[in-house]
Amino acid sequence: MSFFNRGGLMAALAGALALSAGSVAHAADISGAGATFPYPIYAKWADAYKKETGNGLNYQSIGSGGGIKQIKAKTVTFGASDMPLKPEELKEAGLTQFPTVMGGVVPVVNLEGIAPGQITLDGPTLAKIFLGEITSWDDAAIKALNPDVKLPSDAIAVVHRSDGSGTTFIYSNYLAQVSPDWKAKVGTNTSLEWPTGIGAKGNEGVAANVAQTAGSIGYVEYAYAKQNKLTFIKLVNAEGEAVEPTAEAFQAAAGGVDWTKAEDFYVILTNEPGAKSWPIAGATFILVYKKPDDAAATGEALKFFDWAYKNGDAMATDLAYVPLPDDLVTLIEASWAKNVLGADGKPVLAAK
Amino acid sequence: MAYATRRLRNLVMMTLCVVSAAIGLGWLLLILGALLYEGFSGLSVAVFTQMTPPPGEAGGLLNAILGSLLMTGIAVVVGTPIGVLAATYMAEYGRHARLTQVVRFINDILLSAPSIIVGLFVYELLVRRMGHFSAIAGAVALAVIVIPVVLRTTEDMLLLVPNALREAGTAIGAPRWIVIRSVAYRAARAGMITGVLLAVARVSGETAPLLFTALSNQFWSTDLNAPMASLPVTIFQFALSPYEDWQALAWTGALIITVAVLTLSILARTLGGRREGR
Amino acid sequence: MSLAMARPDEAARSAAVRRFALADGLFRGLTRAAALLVLVILGGVVVSLVEGSWQALSTFGLGFLATETWNPVTEKFGALAPIYGTLVTAAIAMVIAVPLGIGIAIFLTELCPRPLRRPIGIAVELLAGIPSIIYGIWGLFVFAPFLQRHIQPAIIAATKGIPGLGQLFAGPPYGIGMLTAALILAIMVLPFIASITRDVFETVPAMLKESAFGIGCTTWEVISKVVLPYTRVGVVGGVMLGLGRALGETMAVTFVIGNAHRIAPSLFAPGTTISATIANEFTEAVGDVYTSSLIALGLVLFVITFIVLAAARSMLLRLERRAGG
Repeated sequence: MSFFNRGGLMAALAGALALSAGSVAHAADISGAGATFPYPIYAKWADAYKKETGNGLNYQSIGSGGGIKQIKAKTVTFGASDMPLKPEELKEAGLTQFPTVMGGVVPVVNLEGIAPGQITLDGPTLAKIFLGEITSWDDAAIKALNPDVKLPSDAIAVVHRSDGSGTTFIYSNYLAQVSPDWKAKVGTNTSLEWPTGIGAKGNEGVAANVAQTAGSIGYVEYAYAKQNKLTFIKLVNAEGEAVEPTAEAFQAAAGGVDWTKAEDFYVILTNEPGAKSWPIAGATFILVYKKPDDAAATGEALKFFDWAYKNGDAMATDLAYVPLPDDLVTLIEASWAKNVLGADGKPVLAAK
Repeated sequence: MAYATRRLRNLVMMTLCVVSAAIGLGWLLLILGALLYEGFSGLSVAVFTQMTPPPGEAGGLLNAILGSLLMTGIAVVVGTPIGVLAATYMAEYGRHARLTQVVRFINDILLSAPSIIVGLFVYELLVRRMGHFSAIAGAVALAVIVIPVVLRTTEDMLLLVPNALREAGTAIGAPRWIVIRSVAYRAARAGMITGVLLAVARVSGETAPLLFTALSNQFWSTDLNAPMASLPVTIFQFALSPYEDWQALAWTGALIITVAVLTLSILARTLGGRREGR
Repeated sequence: MSLAMARPDEAARSAAVRRFALADGLFRGLTRAAALLVLVILGGVVVSLVEGSWQALSTFGLGFLATETWNPVTEKFGALAPIYGTLVTAAIAMVIAVPLGIGIAIFLTELCPRPLRRPIGIAVELLAGIPSIIYGIWGLFVFAPFLQRHIQPAIIAATKGIPGLGQLFAGPPYGIGMLTAALILAIMVLPFIASITRDVFETVPAMLKESAFGIGCTTWEVISKVVLPYTRVGVVGGVMLGLGRALGETMAVTFVIGNAHRIAPSLFAPGTTISATIANEFTEAVGDVYTSSLIALGLVLFVITFIVLAAARSMLLRLERRAGG
């Protein structure tokens, strides 16, 4: 090792330490980690929040599973998950959860000459396709749903997520509700043992593979389908109506739920009633401790989400997320006041 | 074998060699071309002066670039002396020791161990104990990757130093550690610098070990005890997002890393070349 | 360095010697400690791997290695499909990259015009410096569609009905799959093999080659009869380094292999590798058995790498002994 070289590196290190020493003073930035689905909107909110209040909130997408693990390991102030935890699991860990924004999962296809919304499928047919039982686009079941569309005889190429994902959880939860076969053979989880098809990494990977493969069908988050102008399909919902995936259709799905009855907001918005409801919708959740070790940090985090509920709806809509209805927000804030308490037994988010 | 057959066989084989060289270079050009095409359009001053933006707004990669520089820098400062000292033991003091053989083998395994495993190790070692993600943990994970690269090249270079030089040093009465410092290190200097640069090149593109250690950070942060952004993680997150402006930044970030790594490689090669030429 | 020279005073001299001996001992101890630290680090990695995978291994036992099922819903996990994918993709990559790499090395040492040798040599090495996520993105967006549209349909049509080959290249042409992953891996290990092979080719004494040329050998004959036998130890070393990288490569493979936990006879079918499975699923894995199974996969990869390197070492030793004896 030449000495001039090591000297240079040492100087760099010294500089680095000096830099870091200078910034320790305001190190109170809150950090959260978890689901990838809400990462863009949390980043957007955090940026606007910092501009307005000067407080930073650092959210990083490491996956819902990662978010649950990290909040349990107490390495972050809050965790985030696309899959709500069951009330008993929350109780065991001393956690509470609340939703922040909604989105939906949209099946997308690549068929020559087929425009977005031109093809209609229903739940059982969709399940059969993803089970590998329907293998061709001109199958009788698909024809029956689309009497006016000229369907090609292409083989169906199924594209699914390879990485564990909240999107897969919501999607498989829907298929399990509408198809007993799916429930028995595959089930519901963030990753599955898929009976057929190719796995692609991330929404990006699914979108790219659907775009490249003639005759393919995949599923992506709504924001993705919208931003990339993918060929979505119509789905027949629980009331027998064929609906297009739109923000209104997701809100309609949420509107039918009686949130006051849902313990810890444990609701998965699949196959909800309502003539206008899109059948595969879901919310994304935040996990915090009921009695946090660092009540101040958790209080800051709740303050941030309180701000986001009040000021963040337009930003969410811009990025193709669906804001929560106002009465749900009221319920959430009431649950904070009741559940998230400091060591002194008072709510960590001071009432105004 | 008839002369004509031998000539023909030679011609065929040599043509195949030229073809394989053409394929190798063609591939490089294709990949670099795609990268330049996608990454160059997003390159601007803002990339180097602004923070990573939320989707839909203008911004840059400054915090990610800084984080990468800082963590890579610390990793090299920590990893290099360890690698060099271990290599010194193996090439100088314990050339025939059993320990040397074992360490050499172990080092080769570390050299090709998947980096995600290194990330998991440091997560258990530091993040879990400290209770939060931090740039220090990220730097340590990178240092674990730096050590085997530096060790390997330094040992190779020290073994190439002719023994006559060492003997000359010892003959004038210099103790061993001075011989090593002033003779062996000096003779092997260019090769050792090459090793360090190669190590930098290797770690500056690593995503997996940082994801569970340094995490990332949306904002400007120089606090080593807090999560810190880095280019590879930012590229990874932005490339897989649905928003075009984020994807463009991801390509630009990829271009920056590649150019930096390639520059370092060329630098390392020319330094190494000068040594050979001397 | 003239410190200890020509000191008439005997006491001062022996003091200096003692000081030197002390410093030398310190330095020696320091270097030895650093060498030991490398062992400790690997030990730490192994311990954390074994600890993390304990639950999976105790749940599934040795059957973990022989089960194809990978079902996160019922929490039944087996490593067979990823092990198969890892070995097959690495093997195909080596079959492609070794001849290509040696070809490039021959080109650079024997055929290339002198002024071009260095730039082209550096250019090939640059392939190794590109971050692997770039290979992945390029593979997904550029290479896979190209294969799907232009190469795979032709191969599928050409081999249809031929026993063996027909199954090996059965459709549909997805673009991504085992073969695509193997090709990307081949591109990634090519520079390792090419540059190391070139380096060892250059160590062949000119006299050996010149004598062969002198008795009328063609270039190919000189290479196959003189250069390759002389350098085989180094060439095998380079190949093994490439193989090590092919086995452990993560990001690039994840993007193009299709990530299906199935063992299909067709090379066009999607598969998975150990590192791709870990990278794909670790962040979203919920439940202890699932996480533990993923870490156990990491342990399996570690063991495979260990065996490959140990085999390479012993092969090199044997070759050295034969060449030396």
